[in-house]
Amino acid sequence: MKHWTAFAAAGFIAAAALVPANAADISGAGATFPYPIYAKWADAYKKETGNGLNYQSIGSGGGIKQIKAKTVTFGASDAPLPGKELDESGLVQFPMVMGGIVPVVNLDGVKPGELVIDGPTLAKIFIGDIKKWNDPQIAKLNAQVKLPDQAIAIVHRSDGSGTTYNFTYYLSEVDADWKSKVGTNAAVQWPAGIGAKGNEGVANNVANTKGSIGYVEYAYALQNKLTFTKMVNKSGKTVAPTSEAFQAAAANADWNSQPGFGVILANQPGDKAWPMTAATWILLYKQPADAAATGEALKFFAWAYKNGAKAAEELDYVPMPAKVVKDVEAYWTKNVTDAAGKPIHAMTN
Amino acid sequence: MTSSRRRRVADVALQSGVVEVAEKVDRAKVLQRLRVGDIAFRHTTRAAAVTVLVILSGIIFSLVYGSLPALQKFGFNFLIEESWNPVTEHFGAIAPIYGTIVTSIIAMIIAVPVGLFIALFLTELCPMWLRRPIGIAIELLAGIPSIIYGIWGLFVFAPFLQQHVQPFLITVFGHVPVLSTLFEGPPYGIGVLTAGLILAIMVLPFITSISRDVFDAVPPMLKESAYGLGCTTWEVARYVVLPFTRVGVIGGVMLALGRALGETMAVTFVIGNAHRISGSILAPGTTISATIANEFTEAVGDIYTSSLIALGLILFVITFIVLACARLMLMRLNARLGQ
Repeated sequence: MKHWTAFAAAGFIAAAALVPANAADISGAGATFPYPIYAKWADAYKKETGNGLNYQSIGSGGGIKQIKAKTVTFGASDAPLPGKELDESGLVQFPMVMGGIVPVVNLDGVKPGELVIDGPTLAKIFIGDIKKWNDPQIAKLNAQVKLPDQAIAIVHRSDGSGTTYNFTYYLSEVDADWKSKVGTNAAVQWPAGIGAKGNEGVANNVANTKGSIGYVEYAYALQNKLTFTKMVNKSGKTVAPTSEAFQAAAANADWNSQPGFGVILANQPGDKAWPMTAATWILLYKQPADAAATGEALKFFAWAYKNGAKAAEELDYVPMPAKVVKDVEAYWTKNVTDAAGKPIHAMTN
Repeated sequence: MTSSRRRRVADVALQSGVVEVAEKVDRAKVLQRLRVGDIAFRHTTRAAAVTVLVILSGIIFSLVYGSLPALQKFGFNFLIEESWNPVTEHFGAIAPIYGTIVTSIIAMIIAVPVGLFIALFLTELCPMWLRRPIGIAIELLAGIPSIIYGIWGLFVFAPFLQQHVQPFLITVFGHVPVLSTLFEGPPYGIGVLTAGLILAIMVLPFITSISRDVFDAVPPMLKESAYGLGCTTWEVARYVVLPFTRVGVIGGVMLALGRALGETMAVTFVIGNAHRISGSILAPGTTISATIANEFTEAVGDIYTSSLIALGLILFVITFIVLACARLMLMRLNARLGQ
């Protein structure tokens, strides 16, 4: 009897010892939007280097809380932190990957990419001013599409999300009314419509409800075969949601205008730019307590920038442009240091 | 080995005189051992009971502590305002409170009579061979995880309601006063009514299986006597079975109501998650637990998080009031019947 307990105890101790032995696992937590691509990269990275990544997709708010509580090596957020908050908490921030947000509709006889919407019209639909599909404002943009005399059913996210943050940021940019009445946040007080949980919830509600409109990540629109729309961008050009259009928005953005590359990619200039492009960010400590762990994390991010583009495109994400990657790596060398002030990234390279 | 000794000790307690002679065990020592065992048992059970109180007060404390910032900022207005605006950080809880109560009421209006009828059928009328299949089906219904109800509700039930039931309700009640407001608006498929219906299905097994068990406990003599006096089955059920079992039935109903008030996942899928109070039960709404589940992960900022915790505190208070009302009702019933 006794030696059984001893055996069990030894087992526990061994198991407990195994966890730190496996500490090469990089730990991170945060945004749900990039989770699929982080998981895919982690899988490939583990095969290549033997180092794993433990990423918990608990939401951007949770990611920010966890990195501030120092329970993880990096946090991930869909909404960039302002420069002041970064400085106060001693954090650095950089974009990891991008995606596009697309309006999706359910209208009989309308095929994907057929309907055209511009920003102000989208804002008026979601604020509840435009109530019918055959409203003159929509008809004006779609001379060749037959619009039904049907009520518009609005579907929005019910959970707080980076998708909503970027979507409402764009609507605030293009519509003063939206900015003053609703504003920009991961969750807002929606003036109209029904709320659905997650991208998949919105996709499903739009697929089930005739006459509905919602907004989802591009990948969800493709996977669920939803009718996405074209958009009129800042330059007044009509663009379709494609990887190139998302890349164009990122290429035209002035990344260095905000601390920690915290540029929202909504409504960027450029003839080809998709107006609702969104990036997702990583948060790290400037002077981490565990420099080795942060070094491992940076190695993973550098690997992902270099080798992860194909995997990202397969999942309909958009890799960061090469120029931005170069700036980010220089930013690491300059800002992320160990206790002695030596750059961690250069050190581990 | 240990158990055989224990058995001998037990014998000692029963027939100490005999054993004293036969085995020469010191009587005082044995009694002492028994007393120690009893004391240990008493303390263990008491510790288990006290744990509940400790956990409960811990939860109450953390809910109150967590909700202080929101309650200090909004005061009593938190309970009566409809605005739920994370951008301006202005929060009011009346829409989720309203949704929680209305969906639970809809669920109980449907589930209580249906659940009791099923239980009465199973105990009084059902042919023997059919009792087991129906009984097992009810218990299986209780074993389905709530997320499955949610997914089923969203993919199957809501489209069905949208295409068939809701248009019917809207046309039929369109010109009846009061009811036209209650069943107004575009048929979204999801909304307060759908959430109430899903809840009704979810709580049905609680009401049925508890009622069936207590109905089974009614002494056959009472029922047979009533039948002997010429009572119909309905009269036996109404005047013999139900009065005899009302404590158990009300207990089952309260358990069901508790589940309906707190149910989260299934409701989140089908209620539409809109922080608005609408006169129509076809319109989207929200409940306390759905709001917390939806928004907690991405709630940034102290006031937002604190408001969500305050919602949790309100749900706790609502549940407490419901339980207290049930106790009061039982006491009154008993007093009226002079028991």
